[in-house]
Amino acid sequence: MDFLSPSTWEEALAAKSAHPDAVPIMGGTDVMVELNFGRRRPPALLDLTRIPQLRDHGPDDGYLRLGAGVPYTTIIERLRDRSPALAQAARAVASPQIRNRGSVGGNLGGASPAGDAHPPLLAVDALVELASVRGVRRVAAREFYHGPRRTARRDDELISAVLLPEPAGPQSFSKIGTRNAMVIAVASFSLALDAQARTVGTGIGSAGPTPLRAIEAEKFLASEFDWDGAASPSPATVTRFGELVASAARPIDDVRGSAHYRRHALSVMARRAVSWAVTDYRKEIARCA
Amino acid sequence: MASTSTRAPVGLSSVTRDGIGASPRRPDGTLKVTGEFAYSSDMWMEDMLWGATLRSPHPHAEILGIDVSGALRLPGVYAVLTHEDVPGEKRYGLEYRDQPVLAFGKVRYKGEPVAIVAADHPETARRALERIKVDYRVLEPVSDARRAALDPDCPLVHEEGSLPLHEEHNQRGNRVRYQPIRTGAFADGASVEEVRALADVVVTGEYEVGMQDQAFLGPESGLAVPAEDGGVDLYIATQWLHVDQRQIAPCLGLPADKVRLTLAGVGGAFGAREDLSMQIHACMLALHTGKPVKFVYNREESFFGHVHRHPATMRYEHGAKRDGTLVYATMEIVLDGGAYASATPAVVGVASSLGIGPYEVPHVSVDAYGVYTTNPPCGAMRGFGAVQACFGYESQMDRLAAELGMDPVDLRIKNAVSQGSRIITGQEIDMPMPMAEMLRRAREMPLPPDRSSLPAPSDPRTLPGGVANTSHGEGIVRGIGYGVGLKNLCFSEGFDDYSTARVRLEVVGGEPAVTVHTAAAEVGQGLVTVKGQIARTELGVERVTILPSDTRVGSAGSSSASRQSYMTGGAVKTACEAVRERVFALVRERGLVEDGHPDALLSLSGGKVVSAAEGVLISLADLLGGEAIEETREYHHRPTQMLDPSRGQGSSHTQFGMCVHRAVVDVDVELGLVKVVALDAVQDVGKVMHPQQLAGQIQGASAQGLGLALMEEIQVHDGVIRNPSFTDYLIPTILDTPPMRIDVLEHPDPHAPYGLRGAGEPPTLSSTPAIVAAVRNATGRPLTHAPVRPEDIVGIDPPQG
Repeated sequence: MDFLSPSTWEEALAAKSAHPDAVPIMGGTDVMVELNFGRRRPPALLDLTRIPQLRDHGPDDGYLRLGAGVPYTTIIERLRDRSPALAQAARAVASPQIRNRGSVGGNLGGASPAGDAHPPLLAVDALVELASVRGVRRVAAREFYHGPRRTARRDDELISAVLLPEPAGPQSFSKIGTRNAMVIAVASFSLALDAQARTVGTGIGSAGPTPLRAIEAEKFLASEFDWDGAASPSPATVTRFGELVASAARPIDDVRGSAHYRRHALSVMARRAVSWAVTDYRKEIARCA
Repeated sequence: MASTSTRAPVGLSSVTRDGIGASPRRPDGTLKVTGEFAYSSDMWMEDMLWGATLRSPHPHAEILGIDVSGALRLPGVYAVLTHEDVPGEKRYGLEYRDQPVLAFGKVRYKGEPVAIVAADHPETARRALERIKVDYRVLEPVSDARRAALDPDCPLVHEEGSLPLHEEHNQRGNRVRYQPIRTGAFADGASVEEVRALADVVVTGEYEVGMQDQAFLGPESGLAVPAEDGGVDLYIATQWLHVDQRQIAPCLGLPADKVRLTLAGVGGAFGAREDLSMQIHACMLALHTGKPVKFVYNREESFFGHVHRHPATMRYEHGAKRDGTLVYATMEIVLDGGAYASATPAVVGVASSLGIGPYEVPHVSVDAYGVYTTNPPCGAMRGFGAVQACFGYESQMDRLAAELGMDPVDLRIKNAVSQGSRIITGQEIDMPMPMAEMLRRAREMPLPPDRSSLPAPSDPRTLPGGVANTSHGEGIVRGIGYGVGLKNLCFSEGFDDYSTARVRLEVVGGEPAVTVHTAAAEVGQGLVTVKGQIARTELGVERVTILPSDTRVGSAGSSSASRQSYMTGGAVKTACEAVRERVFALVRERGLVEDGHPDALLSLSGGKVVSAAEGVLISLADLLGGEAIEETREYHHRPTQMLDPSRGQGSSHTQFGMCVHRAVVDVDVELGLVKVVALDAVQDVGKVMHPQQLAGQIQGASAQGLGLALMEEIQVHDGVIRNPSFTDYLIPTILDTPPMRIDVLEHPDPHAPYGLRGAGEPPTLSSTPAIVAAVRNATGRPLTHAPVRPEDIVGIDPPQG
């Protein structure tokens, strides 16, 4: 196995172009597990730890640009206000040691449907920035996930950043695990409301071959939500939203839980997320008034 | 009896520190905390080779042929060995010699070792494994333990006549052991129908305990070094050096003295190191290649490299009078031993004899089966047999209390055993057993505050689901539950168990110094500390060195069954007493006391010989000069008996221990998630040897029981482990583990050294049923499977297949 260790971003892109089957590694929290368990024997590893700009973050034309290698810990500690749902997801990732190394770029690269970062990226309509020697392009997270561990990223491309729109309403992330920390999601759900556009975004994790959106649920809640006064939606509306989220999932039975339970848990998380959003929305109205 | 501790000698300036009852620092503590301790997987030698194991991909298959030629051609490979290369006996085993060193004829579980490789690099060894061709004819797995126990038409895992016969265990077909127990009217042949008529209230229940893993952190590993005398030196993380030696040597075709073992750093055990893993393989490769050979399993391989806790299915029926007095109980338990016997006979002996727990019941019928299947082998794990039964009988006690409309603690107190009671084997509990008092104390402990009175009730860390943010208080219901467990301590059923200690007293650098040598395995429990404490107390010398454990001294027995403080502690105490007698003889020889001065008036303290009457007589440094006093002693516990194979009677146990737990849980009843808020324990340990280590044992055992209650299960389907990793085999984290109140009682056992009782296992029994009872209390669900799954709490079928 070759170990490619570029020291600049340009070298990294060139290396990826020359070795499209090289697996990028940064925190190693996913890749090393796969190597240790013998699940993967890539011909080369492409070490990105020496590229400082992958850890940069800052404003970018109305977005928060988050370098692909920004560790979860930084998102929790410094970017919570700018990315509330993603920060909640980051806090739910594994253990402090892993949060110090793991990054959203790694989650996107691995594209496991259980990755904690995916549902918030879907819910807030984030963009994924992909770079190669051919140039840079941005793909909506909602267009990024193509199949089980398959994405819009081309073989010669590296994930350089994600771009998160300015929060414009309440956001949340919840995840089910059978212990209270350090657990792979049995199912996860993210909700983001955009008060300006009066739209709802959702993201479902670990309940389908890819991270999923509940599009019917989004439309339903956007039309039912009281965008002016944040009156509590009727119990029937909340229940219906939960059902629509659950029905958007395509879960299976596996060692972590049953398909039936995953749908059930999604409906519960969705209902709770709505009630939290209403509370947060009212606070926001009160603050702006 | 004269007491040496209450005298106030004249002229003694210092007493001996860090004796029994104190909490001195562990000798290996700093190294472990700073990451400098050398575990068995850290060993390294110049020119050593790396071993690797080819394992069966099938749970059950006939081996038609093995071709190793491709592997041998790989550069860097030094040896590829199969069953044909085993120099001596082809099988070994802890209790039955039924397990092949390397599979021949057929494989009986997925992961069974078939061939071994030694190469100059672990990656080379791994690649060599891929080049070994094994031709299998796949057979139907035997995966239903109940069918293996009860259906005479079930296919056999071991061919007729291939096993050593153990008549005393009612061994037949796939049954490794069947143990019935009959008391009262059942002993006279009464039917269940007849006995049932004596009761006002009857409750039945079926319960399951899943396959738990010991989940030690240090994987199986060791280093075998060939010796010039044709023997081998093995550095190994194990629980009992001499039983390893006894199993390894015949397979190597060597006498025991040519197979020398030294304990390497052990990264946890909990029963999983009682059986051999890579020991014989490393020795075979070392002897074959003439080079040191190291094995280290990785985490996934470790799940196939050691035995697990027996999964159990249990059927109970309890009958009681309207006032709660128990009248009868029946129990059937099937324990899935998997492919090889391991400790299954002993597990059945415990599960049956303690099958209805610490309750007075006049009429009892128990049928306990331990069986062969082609599932992963199961054997020793902390509390074996008793853990499974405790979940069953405690669940039944709660069910009966509900049926009677009684408080579950009152029902337990009403039927509690005490000193003088007889358990269902007829054995008298001839030591204090203040169960009713323990239950009352558990009930009277302060309860944790309600959620509403927490300083930060919305802190997600206080809620089920934790920082994963599933609830801000929605759906949370609190529940309380109790559990009591009765545990046998030390080895049972007629085994003449002993430990050996060699103690040496001499003067080093002008100061008296003691060295203690045993073969006892320090597996993290803190025996190294306790041995030193005993030597300080008995010899009045602070400077004590604990020598590495190896086979140059006699057997210490196993670090299991909560027995080492009792047995090796007893051996060190006895050896120290022998050394002390010789010191006193020397005092008399030197004329420091008059002839006929009784030893009882002499003592050793602060490095000096002290007379009760005259104060300090002489310092040990002056008395001994250049002379060393060394004594070796064996310590045996009192004899026990086999259970008779037809009615299960006999005083089979050495000692009994008990723990009571009260669990308080918050359950998210909509999502099925649980946060244990409190897990308080009352335990009688006879005598506290080291308060801090004792607390560690009780906390650790309780946490292991918490794991079994809520998350720990190896999921096996058609003989295949589906979650062999710490990603999907979950053990509790600090956010799952609540603060614990621990109330320790010290009613001494008159038969035991210092009156102590083994303490490491009893809390593993009681914490599981207490937590599950609390979850039932919160949810109203029956919850008959441990661990409880979220699906069980919300009422959805668990995942299939």
